[in-house]
Parts: sequence; C-alpha cells; structure tokens
Amino acid sequence: MTTAAQPREVLEKIDLWLRMYRQMVSIRQFEAQVNDLYTRALMPGLAHLYIGEEAVAVGVCEALQRTDYITSTHRGHGHCLAKGASPDRMFAELLGKEAGYCKGKGGSMHIADPATGNLGANAIVCGSAGIATGAAFSAQRLGTGQVSVCFFGEGALGQGLLYEVMNLAQLFKLPVIYVCENNLYTEYTHYSETTAGDILARATAFDLESVTVDGQNVRAMYEFAQLLVDRARRGGGPAFLLCNTYRYHGHHVGDINREYYRSKQEEQTWKTERDPIVNFGKWLIEQKLADQAALDGMQSEIESQMKKAVEFAIAAPYPSPDKVEQDVYA
Amino acid sequence: MPETGGRELTFAQAIREALAEEMRRDKTVCILGEDVAEAGTPFKVLSGLLEEFGKDRVLDTPISEAGFTGLAVGAAMTGMRPVVDIMFGDFITLTMDQMVNQAAKVHYMSGGMWKVPMVMRTTLGATRRSAAQHSQSLHAWFCHVPGLKVVMPSTPFDAKGLLKSAIRDENPVVFFEDKMMYKLKGSVPAEDYTVPLGVADVKRAGEDISLVATSSMVQVALGAATMLEEIGISAEVVDPRTLWPLDEKTLIESAKKTSRVIVLDEGYERYGVTAELASVIATGAFYDLDAPVKRMGAMHVPIPFSPPLEDVTVPTEQTVFEAARALCGR
Ligand SMILES: Cc1ncc(C[n+]2csc(CCOP(=O)(O)OP(=O)(O)O)c2C)c(N)n1
Repeated sequence: MTTAAQPREVLEKIDLWLRMYRQMVSIRQFEAQVNDLYTRALMPGLAHLYIGEEAVAVGVCEALQRTDYITSTHRGHGHCLAKGASPDRMFAELLGKEAGYCKGKGGSMHIADPATGNLGANAIVCGSAGIATGAAFSAQRLGTGQVSVCFFGEGALGQGLLYEVMNLAQLFKLPVIYVCENNLYTEYTHYSETTAGDILARATAFDLESVTVDGQNVRAMYEFAQLLVDRARRGGGPAFLLCNTYRYHGHHVGDINREYYRSKQEEQTWKTERDPIVNFGKWLIEQKLADQAALDGMQSEIESQMKKAVEFAIAAPYPSPDKVEQDVYA
Repeated sequence: MPETGGRELTFAQAIREALAEEMRRDKTVCILGEDVAEAGTPFKVLSGLLEEFGKDRVLDTPISEAGFTGLAVGAAMTGMRPVVDIMFGDFITLTMDQMVNQAAKVHYMSGGMWKVPMVMRTTLGATRRSAAQHSQSLHAWFCHVPGLKVVMPSTPFDAKGLLKSAIRDENPVVFFEDKMMYKLKGSVPAEDYTVPLGVADVKRAGEDISLVATSSMVQVALGAATMLEEIGISAEVVDPRTLWPLDEKTLIESAKKTSRVIVLDEGYERYGVTAELASVIATGAFYDLDAPVKRMGAMHVPIPFSPPLEDVTVPTEQTVFEAARALCGR
C-alpha cells in the first residue's frame, strides 16, 4: 500500500512497521503450532507460550542489530524469533531433534543461536541476568559497540542476582538493557502478592535510565527500546524497560484451568481490548499503510510457512544416543 | 628474583606470575573480585598486578559473588577470559547457580555452540583459626557437576603451570588454593611452561603403600612418608593435581604396585572426594590390593574455632602415619 510519492524516511518506517507486524504474527503462529504439537502429544515436555506478549520482543529486537546480544527466559520462543532465529530449527529443537538449534540437547527453554546474538534462553528465573551483563562487559572491553538485552519476567524481581548485576552494570557503565516483562502473573500467583513497593524504583535506585511502557503497543515498545539502545551504544550506560503485558495462555501449555488465579473476564478484556496484533493492524489500516486483505494474506502465508516448519521438524531424525556425552566439555 | 632454573617462589608468587604472564599473553584475560586491585586480595596474592595491568583489567567488584561470577560467565561466552576471585572457598555457595546451572551447562545446552572459558580461583583449608565459615574445603561440590573442571595444586610449580592451563582452557575451571600454603616455597622455572589438566604426579616414589593426596594433604602425606621411612615403610605419594579431569591410570598403577592405599583430601570424608578416588582405585586395582582402600578427610562437623577442637577435624602427619602403619600391619 505504499506510494512512490512518500519520502524515503516514511517508506523505511513503513517497511519497519510491516516487518514488526509480520514478526508478531509469526510469533503468534509459531506458538499456536507449539500448542497444537502439545495437544497432539507430539512434543516431549512442556512449553511456555508467548502469545499476548509479542509486541515486547518484537519492539525491542527491532531496535537491535543482528550482532547485539540477548538473553531470554523459559518463555523464550518470541525472543528467539524476533532476534532472527528460523522456525524450522526451533521446532526441531522443541521436538528434541538433531537438526534443532541445540542438537536436541536444550529444548524449548534453552534455545541459543550465536548467529543472531542469542546467548540462550534460561530456565532459571533471573538466571541469565549475569550472562547478559557479562556480554555487555565484553562489548565494552573489546570496543565492539554491541548492546546486550536481558529479557525477564517480573518474577525475576524476587531474585537478588538482578540487583547485584544492575549495581555492577551501573558501576561499570555497561551497555545493557534490562527488559522486565510484567505479564501480571508468575506461575499461578499475581505479582502484587510477591512484589513489595514500586518496580521501577528498584532500577532508579541504581540510577539506571528507567522507563515504563505499554507492552501491548509495538510502536511504543520500539520507540522506547530504540532510545535506550542508542543511549547504551553511545556509552550512556544501563537502562531498565518495564513492559506491561499479558500472557493469554496458561503458565505453560498444560495450565488449562486458570480460574483459581485469574478470571476469564480478565483474560477476555486483554484479548479484546488490548491485543497487540489486532490494534497494530487497525492502526496500519487507519494510516492507510495496509488493508485488511494484505494483512490477511500475510497471516495465511505465515501460517503455511509455520506448518512447513513443523513438518520439517516432525520428519527430522532424533540424535543418536551415542551423542549423549558430546559437548559436555569444549 | 634470579632468572635461573634454581629459583624459588612462594605458592602465592607462582600464582601471581601465572596470572601476569597470561595477562601479557592475552589481552582478554582480566581479573574480577573483591579487593583484588589496590589491596591485591587479603592474602596479597595479586599484589602488583594492578600496577602493571591497570584498573581496566584488575577490577574491584562489589561484594556480589553471584553477580560478578554471572557477569564472568557472560563475558567468557562473548570473547573475554575472566578470572574471578572468590576470597574464601566458603563463599562459593553464593555462586552456585551461576557455576552449576549456567557456566557448567551453557556448552552442552547450546549443543556445543557457546563456550565458557573462565576460571574461578578460590581457597580451601582449615587450621587457620577462622571458624566454620572461613575454613571449609568444598571442592567436591564442583567435582559433582559435569561441565566443570576442578584443579587442586599442591606446589608452587604445579600452581603456576596448572593456572596457566586453566586460563587457556575453553571450559569453566575452578582452581582451589590452600590458603595455608601461600607462603610455601618451591622451585619454579623462569621460562614459560604449563602443566596439563588431567595428569597426576608422583611426588615421592615408594613400594609399600600409596598415599594418594590432594592439595593441602600432599604436604601432610609427604611428612607422614618421612615418618614411615623411619620405621622401614616405603610410602609413595601420588597427587592427582586435578580432580576433573582425573588421571585414573596413574592412581591405579600406583595402587597395583604398592597394594595398599590411603586416600587423603581435606574435604568432608562423607560423600566426598576420597570416596570417589577410593572407588576408582578399588575397582581398577581390585586383584592387586592387600587391604581395603582407606579414606581420610575432614570430620563431619562444621569446622570449630578453638584450636584443640579444630586440629582434630582434619588429617595430620601423625594420624596419617598411624593409619598407614596399621594398614601395613605394623
Ligand atoms: C530459580 C527458579 N525458581 C523457580 C522456578 C520455577 N518457575 C518457572 S517459571 C516461574 C514463574 C516465572 O514468572 P515470571 O518471571 O514472571 O515469568 P513468566 O512465566 O510470567 O513469563 C517459576 C516460579 C524456576 N524456573 N527457577
């Protein structure tokens, strides 16, 4: 829907927005397939779906270069995809196949991808805060200009490590951004029951540049991430981005009956009023940057792409058992 | 200090020299820890390094063992070779998640894509009148974790050569220094050398009994061997030097030769290093043994403060002498 009459910056912006839309849809479609694999009993173990939170990963990762670093969490598929990982090798990893990113040794909670600067998802809540800070330390010492982003859920606010590394990051003026995804619930507990005081105050205490942003608004996410990333790249030091968001599904794929910790009404409100993809799609149409048919077309194109990726993963072979002792030591 | 083959260094000087040489050789080697810079650690092991390498490479950290260890994990993954200093071995407890769930597993979980070339230096050893929280020898904890290497030098020569190997290793290596040994002198060549990880050393040849001893216990074993010689028992002292990788062959060969073995280690005897070494020897030399392998480690008590209490908690030359005499039926 772009017209040649528009200036270059606007055209570039349009490309960016359409790419962000595509990325969010890709994450949602990817996760829908994961849920499907689980319900068809094709996936070993569990997975934590990112549906509802897509704007956070996409907004932040669009502000990063391919060589910048991220660390991720147990709810990490969205971060991996947004940073550029390919769905086929991700599905293969989820199914424990040799063709997976980690040759099947990591699974859903440990996908890593050096080619896109992904230092790895982490199944220890807050476990990667040190790693992300250390990557920023390397970037600074080696003068590479890279920035490091640490994604974590608000549950990580309960871990002392976070405060140790934010202090270190500020003392050393490291190019690291701590991105807190507050989706309101840890596993089955509302964060207000586990989090005293003010979240942002925790970061401002260390004098980190700290911002709260609507995590359901991908344009706002991108804008603020861009500001903080640029600042960090220029040597301005660490920052904290608090993103208010919501996970639509259970804590993991098997968490079906959730009414003992949150109401269906609440879930419905977030889905109908604040959906990051729907609202961004509406905005694109309003701005005449896309029409419904184009967005629908993109959606079905991605859907069939994801189905192909799943087929690839299902057909891929398992690692042979003699690989079990490989990669313990480098 | 004479630059001749016969020059003597203390254990602490040997460690400092290894660090200095590796820092000259490789710009990515840096030191992180509490009071490591101007103070050169409370044990003065690092004195002079700040002057040569500056604050960018010898970094004083906050008292955040988990934080700076985690930072080192991430830094090691992204191009640095950090050496972290944990002032007392008792404080490794604060770093456990970073070492056990992060450093040790990153390589495996990522299917061999990421590496963690870092070193943790820390101490072990009782009898310094420091009571229960500054006297433990907890190296067995790390030996239990696949992905980590554990180094236990017993002489200045070994300390220097092993530390250089540890720094050049592509894996996380934990390097335990007996704090009672820092002033021990021994000959250390001026020219560049390394001691490979995974190669035991026969510190004294003998015929009648093998004393397999680690770190602090090597000197104890050598003292006991001298006492045994006076009553006509020829003791061999074997030092594994690294607990993982473990040179099983040298231990088993010594046991086959002498047919009697005592295993000595300052860690707790119960579920400890002595149990593993005794099992390796009992399995490998079963048909050549004339007595069950005897284990001697720390008593199963928190290390007490009062000298007469503390002194009975760990093996001494006298207790080893008596145990060896009994094992030889004398
Ligand atoms: C150290 C640690 N404690 C507990 C758990 C179990 N656990 C897994 S996810 C989770 C909740 C995490 O909540 P949050 O950080 O807000 O992330 P979210 O799941 O909401 O994305 C818990 C308690 C864990 N993985 N690691």
